[in-house]
Amino acid sequence: MATIHPKLSDELSQTVVSSTKSVKIKIKRSNPNVNSEQKFDDFVVPIEKWTTVLDVLLDVKSHLDHSVGVRYSCRQASCGSCGMKINGKPGLACFTKISELDSDTVTVEPMDNYPVVRDLAVNMDRMINNHKKVMPYVIREDSEIDAESGIREFLQSPENVEKYIQFSSCIKCGLCNSACPTMSMDKTFVGPQALAQAYRYIADDRDKGKNKRLKVIDESHGIWRCHFAGSCSQVCPKGVDPAMGIQLLRGYLLGIRD
Amino acid sequence: MERETGAREGLKGWLNPSKIGKFGIERLAWLLMRLTGLGLLAYFIGHIYETSHILDGKAVWDKSLEMTQTTEGHLFLALVIGMCVFHTGNGIRLMIAQMGYGIGKAERPDYPYKPQSINMKGKACIYATLGMAALAMWYGMAVMFA
Repeated sequence: MATIHPKLSDELSQTVVSSTKSVKIKIKRSNPNVNSEQKFDDFVVPIEKWTTVLDVLLDVKSHLDHSVGVRYSCRQASCGSCGMKINGKPGLACFTKISELDSDTVTVEPMDNYPVVRDLAVNMDRMINNHKKVMPYVIREDSEIDAESGIREFLQSPENVEKYIQFSSCIKCGLCNSACPTMSMDKTFVGPQALAQAYRYIADDRDKGKNKRLKVIDESHGIWRCHFAGSCSQVCPKGVDPAMGIQLLRGYLLGIRD
Repeated sequence: MERETGAREGLKGWLNPSKIGKFGIERLAWLLMRLTGLGLLAYFIGHIYETSHILDGKAVWDKSLEMTQTTEGHLFLALVIGMCVFHTGNGIRLMIAQMGYGIGKAERPDYPYKPQSINMKGKACIYATLGMAALAMWYGMAVMFA
């Protein structure tokens, strides 16, 4: 049988290793299911100018230590899986280039304010549960597909889309909740992610579920616990600006804004 | 089942100075707002206690007043002035922002993303408030130490 594609060994032999730089990566290791020990393991990995933190971690996993625990999927800042603390600040590993960090040593740790599963992987149940609590969908009594009334779809003007489109970019990476100082002290705070999503649907003029959502967020550990430190917006990799959504929602609740 | 240990940062999330470096002046303003709030609450309780001595006669009242007539007392009162001015100024900024004003307008974000709610207007207000607090402390000390 004729070989259409080159053999893997041929491909490998053609790979040009041009890297002259390297980075030391310090990975925080822990496994709370086994013991409470926490330590940093150091690895030196070659890099190019386009190398991301996730590339480095996968290099470590492939060649130096297979046991490093890291969650990732899309590698293009779309799935929100690879959130972690990079040099002390929450960020997506796939969206952070080593060259942007301007440091020969990169420290990666699991995100704050989440229970650690292992190494860099955290349990995001709390965020997902809070996200579900604010009912992140359009609530209507009538249906989009209703032959009797002739309704086929809920029409919306481009101007109305602009009111919430920014907040619909959320990929549920959880970086905002990790950066939030209120989340660090209040275990029942809804969090900036869920509050921004609440605003996204309340600002949507197709939605009729405002009152249901307000019951969830208009309480002592809801929206009023945000003190506008703005850290959530500083770390959002998709430009969602949760702090803005929360303040706009608060203005709406106070009856000052539409 | 994962342990809940590490699920929240606790006070470290508030007080870690590296957070201010990483999250900017807004995080410093947030921390100072918390600390000055607690400080003013403590001062308020202490003030009520101190002024309650007036019921014990002039001698006791005069003695309690002497506490603030020392160098340490003047420095403490200057700190209270600073806390009061910062907490008031920053509180007004926050009230305006939390009504949804001065935080930009929701619109389709373009890369590189810059959060509109963290803008120069807000930063200028924070710096101005810090400046006013410093000025008030300086004026207070100039009067007390004159």
